[in-house]
Amino acid sequence: MTTITADGVLPARTPAGNHLAGAVRSCETTGLPLCAVSSRFVRWHAVAAVVFLLIGGIGAILLALTRWPAVHLLNPPWYYRVLTLHGLNMLIFWILNFEVAILYFVGTTLLNSRLYSAALAWAGFLLMIAGAIIVDIAILSGTSDVLMTSYVPLLAHPAFYLGIILVAVGCLLGVINFFGTLYIAKRDGTYEGSVPLVVFGATAAAIIAVVTLLHGAAAMIPAFLWSVGLMDGVDPSWYRSTWWGLGHMSQQVNVCAMVSVWYLIGTLSVGSKPLSETVCRGAFLLYILFINVASAHHLLTDPGVGAAWKIWNTSYAMYLAVLASMVHGFTVPASIEVAMRGKGFRRGLFGWLTAAPWKNPAFSGFFLSLVIFGFGGGITGVVLGTQQINIMAHNTLRIPGHFHVTVVGGTTLAFMALTYYLVPLVFRREFPARVLCRLQPWIFGIGITLFAIGMSFAGSYGVPRRHWDVEFSGALFATGFDSGAHVMLGLMGIGGVIAATGLFLYIALVVAAVFFGRSNAGAGMEPWHTERSGGEVARPGDEDEHHTPGTLVLTGIFLLSFVVYYFANWKWLSDVWHVR
Amino acid sequence: MSIHSPPEDWFEAPSGAERVWIGIAMIWCLVMFIAMPYWYFFGKQNSTGEAYRVTPAAFSARVNTFVESHKVGEVKGMPIAEPAPGGDAYLLARMWQWYPVLKLRKGQTYRIHISSTDLQHGFSLQPLNMNFQILPGYDHVLTITPTSAGEFSIVCNEFCGIGHHLMTGQILVEEQAP
Repeated sequence: MTTITADGVLPARTPAGNHLAGAVRSCETTGLPLCAVSSRFVRWHAVAAVVFLLIGGIGAILLALTRWPAVHLLNPPWYYRVLTLHGLNMLIFWILNFEVAILYFVGTTLLNSRLYSAALAWAGFLLMIAGAIIVDIAILSGTSDVLMTSYVPLLAHPAFYLGIILVAVGCLLGVINFFGTLYIAKRDGTYEGSVPLVVFGATAAAIIAVVTLLHGAAAMIPAFLWSVGLMDGVDPSWYRSTWWGLGHMSQQVNVCAMVSVWYLIGTLSVGSKPLSETVCRGAFLLYILFINVASAHHLLTDPGVGAAWKIWNTSYAMYLAVLASMVHGFTVPASIEVAMRGKGFRRGLFGWLTAAPWKNPAFSGFFLSLVIFGFGGGITGVVLGTQQINIMAHNTLRIPGHFHVTVVGGTTLAFMALTYYLVPLVFRREFPARVLCRLQPWIFGIGITLFAIGMSFAGSYGVPRRHWDVEFSGALFATGFDSGAHVMLGLMGIGGVIAATGLFLYIALVVAAVFFGRSNAGAGMEPWHTERSGGEVARPGDEDEHHTPGTLVLTGIFLLSFVVYYFANWKWLSDVWHVR
Repeated sequence: MSIHSPPEDWFEAPSGAERVWIGIAMIWCLVMFIAMPYWYFFGKQNSTGEAYRVTPAAFSARVNTFVESHKVGEVKGMPIAEPAPGGDAYLLARMWQWYPVLKLRKGQTYRIHISSTDLQHGFSLQPLNMNFQILPGYDHVLTITPTSAGEFSIVCNEFCGIGHHLMTGQILVEEQAP
């Protein structure tokens, strides 16, 4: 067992659930109630998610091997086609399916409630699958080489837009089902007081998801009508601002879901609890309030939108959403530090960290996700989203360099980490090859970090994103990039291959566990980590919630890196031509 | 526990290290926010988004008039046009070229009008790495002052179909005043 029952930190739940007879089981490991109906859909969505991850992953390795100039694998049509495929399968189909699984899981299990509606869950699931299959066929048939953003007036096959609309509607049904579950849990009094923090975070994600999906519909429906000839055209500027209401806001859904998963794994692996419920919840609230202006990040060098609009919106109204992430970036490791110190691991600044359950891939995946997201994704995100600095970043490889350490090194890695609990607890199957499981988050995390560093710095040399040939061979005016850019593209290629290895290893391990793993039904989950008995005896005051010197040092290093990179970019900007 | 309902009295003001960190983070957020309006007024590099509605046909006509009256040479079959210092210049983005080649003078200021007659394009000036979005139907006006001389490339960094990676152009900047 994990440390949770060993420590007895999970108190018995007092209120009765609202489950139908026989439709609930108590988890042998955690004692949490698992709704049978909900668990079925958690499994379906998780399996679908992994299938789309596989499709996107095959795309990923092909793309990495194409943009690595020494390999340059695909031809131009297939490069742009696979790029379209990769973006949609990863950013939409894999992530959304996993998020619906998370919503169903936390909504029912943590609130001790049944799922609101099985019929709605079926409808949502089938729409999401059908839509995704339609989109993938439209792409692979070569009729929709428009990349994920499908910027008008680039024209895709009508099925492409229709498929995305179906996925969005299906996902919306899943979100509605989650809200329905919140409603019946409250109505039936399945829990006392306020909802747990993880449910609160998931609710924030769900609220943002509704706004996101409505933007998606607002952009995609006119594009669809235009593609079938029912509309004359769609204004490109309007389309960009509306599409990015989907495109960037969905990333805030991912951030919310990821942070919730961080708190969840922190509790499951070391029994951590939030330092202050008020602070954590307040930070989620800031996400909801200020994230809806994020589409500005993609329009910072656009015509037709003014500087004041750009400055206010790109900063999420004075960086209040960035503040929220910086708060989580402190409270998440701090809650781990407090929990570990409370167990007696309090030697020096980082004794709590070295003694953490690193043999548990859920923990190592979560902590790597936290570090990669914070140092990589967070810092680059704010810098690239600074209105004027964006002049040196727009549409260069700096942009995908940024989001591969947010949504891949951050969100995807956190979801992978959660799987190391999800499969044993919900599928009730044990992972085989536990050494490989322990290595997997590291392979993936290190690979994606190298990949993003290479990408980001190649972008700093000016290398464009979504571009087949950095040599421009055959172009009217020969041009190219500094040799440093080629070194960085090589690093990107190598990192991409390592990350893809970690990704395929993950899929292989999940498939092996789900289909061939040893059943742990009736016995409970085999622990990932046996806690070594605390180095020292716990003393009064060890659980002092404010004694987090290690975390203060870590966040101090973070802030210093942030400040240096931020001002370095202003310096670089001041060296280019004057422009207004 | 993050997975259980909090105690009734969970609402409390932050304290200790957490409070310190929130304070530091807020100050940093404010610094970053103020930096942008500051740079708008005192910095030399801004994207103001100045733009005017224009039909592709009308913009094409303006580009052609500009090229006819300002042509100073030709390179690889592409006309070179030199706008008057302080004057307007026109640059057309289309699949898959930047038309024409512009010849500018270092230290002079120009209003460069850029638009597309087909798809969206990305104006990416290399090796300076300055990037602006170009949309059909919008005349994007960049008021530019070159601060260095030499031969600069324009590449397209917004996907515009199968020949996207072949779409390059040139801006030539001469050292002395005319």
